[in-house]
Amino acid sequence: MDIDLTTLVTFLPLIGVLVLLFMKGEQKNAIRWVALLTSLVTFAVSIVLLVNFIAAGNGAISADIELETKVPWISLGGWQIYYHVGVDGLSILLVLLTTFLVPLCILSTWSAVEDRVKDFMIFFLLLETGMVGVFVALDLFLFYVFWEFTLVPMYFLIGIWGGPRRMYAAIKFFLYTMAGSILMLLAILWLGIQQQTFSVPELIAKGGIPENIQLWLFLAFAAAFAIKVPMWPLHSWLPDAHVEAPTAGSVILAGVLLKMGTYGFLRFNLSLFPEAAVRMAPWIAGLAVVGIIYGAAVSYAQQDVKKLVAYSSVSHLGFVMLGLFALNPQGVQGGILQMINHGLSTGALFLIVGMIYERRHTRDMDAFGGLWKVMPIYGLITLIVTLSSMGLPGLNGFVGEFSILLGAFGSEAIGSPWFAGLAALGVILAAVYMLKMFQKMFLGPVDKEENKVLKDINWREIITLVPLLIFIFWIGLYPKPFFALMAPAVEKLLAGLP
Amino acid sequence: MTLSLLVDNLVTILPLAVLAVWACLLLLVDAFLPRQHKGWIALLAAVGLALAMGIAVARFGFPTEAPFGGMVVVDRFSTFLTVLFLGSGLAGVAVAYDYLKRMEIERGEYYALLLFSICGMMLMGMAADLIVIFLALELLSIPLYILAAMAAHHNESLEAGLKYFLLGAFSGGFLVYGVALVFGATGTTQLFTIVEMVRYGQANLSLLLIGSALIMIGLGFKVGVVPFHMWTPDVYHGAPSPVTAFMSVGAKAGGFAALMRIFVAAFPSLSADMTTVFWVISALTMFLGNVVAIAQSNIKRMLAYSSIAHAGYILMALVPFGQAAVSRVSVASALFYLVAYAFTSFGAWAVVISLEKREGGGLALDDYAGLGRKHPALAAAMTVFMLSFTGVPPTLGFMGKFFLFRSIMEGGFVGLALIGVLTSLISAYFYLRVVVVMYMREGEPEVTSEPWLQLTVFVSAIAVVVLSLFSTPLLDWASRAVLQLF
Repeated sequence: MDIDLTTLVTFLPLIGVLVLLFMKGEQKNAIRWVALLTSLVTFAVSIVLLVNFIAAGNGAISADIELETKVPWISLGGWQIYYHVGVDGLSILLVLLTTFLVPLCILSTWSAVEDRVKDFMIFFLLLETGMVGVFVALDLFLFYVFWEFTLVPMYFLIGIWGGPRRMYAAIKFFLYTMAGSILMLLAILWLGIQQQTFSVPELIAKGGIPENIQLWLFLAFAAAFAIKVPMWPLHSWLPDAHVEAPTAGSVILAGVLLKMGTYGFLRFNLSLFPEAAVRMAPWIAGLAVVGIIYGAAVSYAQQDVKKLVAYSSVSHLGFVMLGLFALNPQGVQGGILQMINHGLSTGALFLIVGMIYERRHTRDMDAFGGLWKVMPIYGLITLIVTLSSMGLPGLNGFVGEFSILLGAFGSEAIGSPWFAGLAALGVILAAVYMLKMFQKMFLGPVDKEENKVLKDINWREIITLVPLLIFIFWIGLYPKPFFALMAPAVEKLLAGLP
Repeated sequence: MTLSLLVDNLVTILPLAVLAVWACLLLLVDAFLPRQHKGWIALLAAVGLALAMGIAVARFGFPTEAPFGGMVVVDRFSTFLTVLFLGSGLAGVAVAYDYLKRMEIERGEYYALLLFSICGMMLMGMAADLIVIFLALELLSIPLYILAAMAAHHNESLEAGLKYFLLGAFSGGFLVYGVALVFGATGTTQLFTIVEMVRYGQANLSLLLIGSALIMIGLGFKVGVVPFHMWTPDVYHGAPSPVTAFMSVGAKAGGFAALMRIFVAAFPSLSADMTTVFWVISALTMFLGNVVAIAQSNIKRMLAYSSIAHAGYILMALVPFGQAAVSRVSVASALFYLVAYAFTSFGAWAVVISLEKREGGGLALDDYAGLGRKHPALAAAMTVFMLSFTGVPPTLGFMGKFFLFRSIMEGGFVGLALIGVLTSLISAYFYLRVVVVMYMREGEPEVTSEPWLQLTVFVSAIAVVVLSLFSTPLLDWASRAVLQLF
């Protein structure tokens, strides 16, 4: 490899940032185009990354880390910290999800963000670098730097362009996430002192941490990730942040930032502390199930559509966690796929909510009704996405949830089929709250004057949503290539468990 | 002492000698310079500082020497700190130049006094004898008392000067009493000989312990750790902002230099008792500084409490001072943290000075509303400083905390590290509030744009980010700047 593709994908958005810095704030459209092009080029390069990753396995999909770069970065009193990045079956899909969602988000802001466009785009591209960095980092220090760095641009996105309670939401988001990550920082330091390395592959190879200490380290890492996911009962920042964030911010928050938490569990908790992971599996699964039911129940109670979607994330991420801690191939693969699915479906839902909010400046379900008649294309797309989020067979959500439930049902680590049984209840509840929303907004008579004059979505908005729909159908109908990408890496990960 | 020996000795401490002479010359020049040309003094002071810095940098890595009969030690530790002090001095001149004119308190003495105070700090870093430490402390402090009261037509400034003087004298008393007890216990004030006496069992250990505790109290006042911090908010608030900026970095670093030299090099035998004391003081300082800072609505007071909190973090490095293997790393981490703190502090203070108006205006947090829109570069820089104070990557503040927490965890003090990170979380709240006000509220902030001030802001901001991403050289310097006694 002449060019280091992983690094290129990570830092390409920064080139866009540099260009933007030298542009005048008034050239709003030019700024939007520069940001969009940057993110599209980044996406294109990430496709090349995928192709190279597939090619690296020589016929089969590789189970190892490929396209790896490792150069000394900082030496700190006897410690060598490396700039160490690479992708494997666990992370490649998430990298692609990120680079795929960012251009769509930028497209969605075309008319929604009119104020300080330049700053917005700069923060958005910075955020992209941070997110990709989290998924490709293989050195704990580097990971932590990226992890904490994502906080800063997201904080600004919520705080400047958010809703009426944006300052509260932004600070709450920052403090919650930081509360978790500082505990992880101590655990990282402990690992550095005891094992003399921050390299994740080396740490896995070394192993040998006594189980009782593993448990503490597991909990310290879990604190950071569980807040990010968010797992019940640490979720209370999420509704505030989601509701107050601008549409593009919500999409990225739900689509990618939450996945950083689940990815963290997968990459670090499962592989660095295998014994503790097995021991904690029933507890995590229990919290996940509570989250599934709780999220669904609270979603049902919402009048604000955006809040409903926000709480549904708590429920869906519960599924992901249940799958991951089933600690068997079906569960983990289903969990990873469900991360992607949630990114697509919930991302699409937030975009949809954003579009109607831009027209009516309200998100109250009772303010709508009969929209299907006024905005048929919008209605159709919403229906598909709603069904996908509910887990209708033939669409993406079903594949992930089914695989997760299958895994959880037979999981030795969780130890009881009841977890899966209760979680299945969540699928039904999802249908209840999603259909309630759809019914209230789209069906029935058009009884409000304001709704009669609404324009259907325009071409730009359709272009924003169609790519998501393609994947919703693709994963729903033919998920094999997606599973194939991650299967070897998952096998390898699970082989490391006791 | 023959002449040639004296010359040899003076060459060893050349940066200090040059600066002291330069400061005297400045006083002379000032006397003959007409009132409207006082700006020249600032330039001359900067030249002197740069000259001394050049000499110090060139001498980094020279073998350790102990001139003047071992009263002072010139090792890499002291050279590192010398560069830091001189850098602080340069920043102190840069932020003062326009401010003094604007506030109509421009006097040539400011720069001369600044230089004398830096001489004291440099001597503090080199001192290997308790008497020299006391002398250095006074040389450092007395100019600062005057500087704090520079804005003499303001009662607050006078109050700051007087308060600082009274408490400074009070703490000096503790220090001298401690030195006397140590002398009583060991029969010497030389740090090296104290170690020898303890090693051969000829020291009265309980008297030594009491003496060391009193020394710690005396220096604790200087660095402003809890419960010896009471003067800090009032003095930092009342003194002219450039003086506060300089004090909060330079005087603090000077105090820590002496603390580290005394405890790590000379008193490791007392670690059984003193480690707990440092542990408690450090935890209290971090906690109190950060919690009380939340309640402040005046940015100067907020930064004052924040500087108390940071003293707590730096003091953490002293907790493992008895473990030879760890203290090496922890001294390096304290030095690194001091550099990070210096850049961040001066940057933040320069922003504060840019917004400050006469009669104490422009210092409320609300005066920062709208800065993000009206002066995006300044607001971005301030954001960098706030994040660095909090310890969020990619900033020097984060690297500093990472290194510090590492060294104390290596010493086995996980509980203190936990307190350290939790108080950082508390601090995030009030540092972020500045960012919130700057970016998320509308307002019409008035900013003085002056090249030297802007230079300080942007050089600091760039250094805080870039040096954190490429921190190996700085870390390397700090790691090599270990203490030596003779």
